[in-house]
Amino acid sequence: MKVLMSGNEAIARGAYEWGIRFGVGYPGTPSTEILEEFSKYDGVYAEWAPNEKVALEVGIGAAVAGARALVTMKHVGVNVAADPLFTVSYTGTNGALVIITADDPSLHSSQNEQDNRNYAKFAKIPMLEPADSQEAKEFIKIAFALSEKFDTPVFLRTTTRVSHSKSVVIIEDPLPAEDKTEIRITPSKYVMVPAMARIRRLEVEKRMQALREYAETFGENRMEINSSEVGVITAGMPYNYTKDVFPEFSYLKLGLVHPLPERLIREFAAKVKILYVIEELDPFIEEQIRAMGIKVTGKDVFPFTNEFDPGVIETALKGKPPTTVKLPEVAIPPRPPNLCPGCPHRGLFHVLGKLKVFVAGDIGCYTLSFMKPLEGMHSCICMGASIGMAHGMSKALKEKGKGKVVGVIGDGTFLHSGITPLLNMAYNQGEAVIVICDNRTTAMTGMQEHPATGYTLQGVKAKELDISALAKVLGIDNVRVIDPYDIKNTRDVMREELASPGSSVVISRRSCVLFKRHQTETRKPLRIDVNKCVGCRNCIGLGCPPIAWRKFADMPAGQVIKNAKKQEGNSFIDADLCTGCTICQQVCKVGAIVEVE
Amino acid sequence: MSKKTIIQKINQTEVKSVLMAGVGGQGILRASDILCMVMMEAGMDVKKSEVHGMAQRGGCVTSHVRYGSKVYSPIERKGNVDILLAFEKLESLRYLDYLKPDGRIIINELELYPPSVNLGDMTYPGHAIDLVKESFKTVKVVKAHEIAREAGNLRAENTALLGVLSQWLELEITLWEKILWEVFPKKVVDANLKAFHLGRAA
Repeated sequence: MKVLMSGNEAIARGAYEWGIRFGVGYPGTPSTEILEEFSKYDGVYAEWAPNEKVALEVGIGAAVAGARALVTMKHVGVNVAADPLFTVSYTGTNGALVIITADDPSLHSSQNEQDNRNYAKFAKIPMLEPADSQEAKEFIKIAFALSEKFDTPVFLRTTTRVSHSKSVVIIEDPLPAEDKTEIRITPSKYVMVPAMARIRRLEVEKRMQALREYAETFGENRMEINSSEVGVITAGMPYNYTKDVFPEFSYLKLGLVHPLPERLIREFAAKVKILYVIEELDPFIEEQIRAMGIKVTGKDVFPFTNEFDPGVIETALKGKPPTTVKLPEVAIPPRPPNLCPGCPHRGLFHVLGKLKVFVAGDIGCYTLSFMKPLEGMHSCICMGASIGMAHGMSKALKEKGKGKVVGVIGDGTFLHSGITPLLNMAYNQGEAVIVICDNRTTAMTGMQEHPATGYTLQGVKAKELDISALAKVLGIDNVRVIDPYDIKNTRDVMREELASPGSSVVISRRSCVLFKRHQTETRKPLRIDVNKCVGCRNCIGLGCPPIAWRKFADMPAGQVIKNAKKQEGNSFIDADLCTGCTICQQVCKVGAIVEVE
Repeated sequence: MSKKTIIQKINQTEVKSVLMAGVGGQGILRASDILCMVMMEAGMDVKKSEVHGMAQRGGCVTSHVRYGSKVYSPIERKGNVDILLAFEKLESLRYLDYLKPDGRIIINELELYPPSVNLGDMTYPGHAIDLVKESFKTVKVVKAHEIAREAGNLRAENTALLGVLSQWLELEITLWEKILWEVFPKKVVDANLKAFHLGRAA
């Protein structure tokens, strides 16, 4: 049967069809839907781990017990999981272990655009790279088969365009799932103390040599011979982009991007006069081919940064096509993503932005508050960095930093990698104030469960972590809980904690406005009473999507109602978008914001 | 028209493309899913591409849909899109460089202010439609929210726009109806079918 599937859905389907029944991961765009979709299939066990390192370790444990385990994460998640990654390469996997790394060229939803093909080479782990959804479904099966055949972890790399594009997939019936798990005790293979790791180290080289041989005849390293003039070596989505504009070229499409098939590459290179390597991000394939002594053109004409599209490839090889249409010359206002109407983070960052403190931020929806007009965040490096950075900054600043340094982290991010830095801060007697924005879910990636939500990925009721008790146990004596919809209290508590010595934690607790689980109250939308509005723009300063500024100059004279001498316009609230959170009502000094009747 | 004749009408190597553009929350991804399923039902190969994640709330959302006998890239290059379906006025301006010189445009006459306009830092180009018409010959303007309201479900704006789009795609109406029946829950399917037909007649 033919169905339309995203790359992520196809990976989940392929794993299920292949009889895989164990999955673990940590949500992160563009990988999240893989495990979500996989968890819905019959007979599958799947769980969200609190971070990627734990996810990989859970996967390794399952594989060592003889299971075939799927582990999913985004590219930067592999950094978190890198510690076990490099050594599971030595131990091998017993059952099977496939790690998905979902890379994000162009940084659609990430803090960097690292090319995780480098991890395959670095950790000596084979890597497959599909180009569309049908291939994603087939390649995940091949990945598991390779893992079993070569007793190795295997990477399957996607990019945002593969994960989130949809294309036609032929679905098949699942193979029966076999249970091969049992306790086998083989310390020489799994206890990586130096004496045994040295021996396994040699096994890794033997395995890579065997994989290099395998790659030479691997069916998904595929030649398509057309032109004898121009040949292209490529893999993944750039294959599709190039085929689209240059169908007449010859192709060597690599399904396995690590290790590379040297003899096959030489054979292909000999068939064409001009050879291109077309790959996004790093010259990963290109450098290895150059090292073989083969002349290729790659990053000398193609960009190092951002994802490609057919136009990028066409322009690099033929120059920009002439435009025949004269497009309008007009300033197009940008439309960046924004905190939602009614977002609980808005109240908190309105307060933080006005406190004249340094706010070390973290990864989540709240990162958007760095933008105008809130401007409530001043750094964002990686998951969990806020707490360590705030602590380091306050230690370095000493007296100058007293009452001036705040770290802000979401509930999901805190559980991912904020616990150890908070422990460190308590232990080393830090002075910063840490705010945990607890919106009761992993909001940014689409409401995934975590250890403090009370449910598992598959909907089983679970223990609900008490974040405030945890902070106390870690050694933080001052733990306060606030409601960020209450601006006055939020401001008062922040001021008190900044003034008090030692470290403290403020839990800013209010469910994500899009998350229905905790929502009981219904609120009425608000409107501006133009007979009271003095045009002070306090509400505009919240950057809430329904609130707009209307200049008197743009209004018909009859509609202008001036309530202050220098007033130049009014605010206006779009009632269809307003959730009635009342934050704007609280910042309005003249009582001009009222409920819609 | 049978499946076979539809495919024959499309040149063997020709791939057509529709670019949908609007604002997060307008149902663009759903609409492009439906278009893809209709094309599959018509026997064509189809690919679509969009960006999720950080761009979801209030940010620009685009979805490329490409169809033909064999499709490689899920994204279209600039200067090569056949039809731009703009769910919002300002967003029609942002992607004009993707269109072919004879590309056609459908604009939903709706204004959603981005942050810089709300703040008063920039002006919303209220004359967007006139500007688009200066550059492109075939521009169709509709009020999809009014169609959706008439159909009895405000959320059916995207289906109404698909109805408008269907005027320019030579596909049998039964293909559309079949897919709409499949994708919508019973409760809202009637309103969506109505919105589609009103859009098709608009």
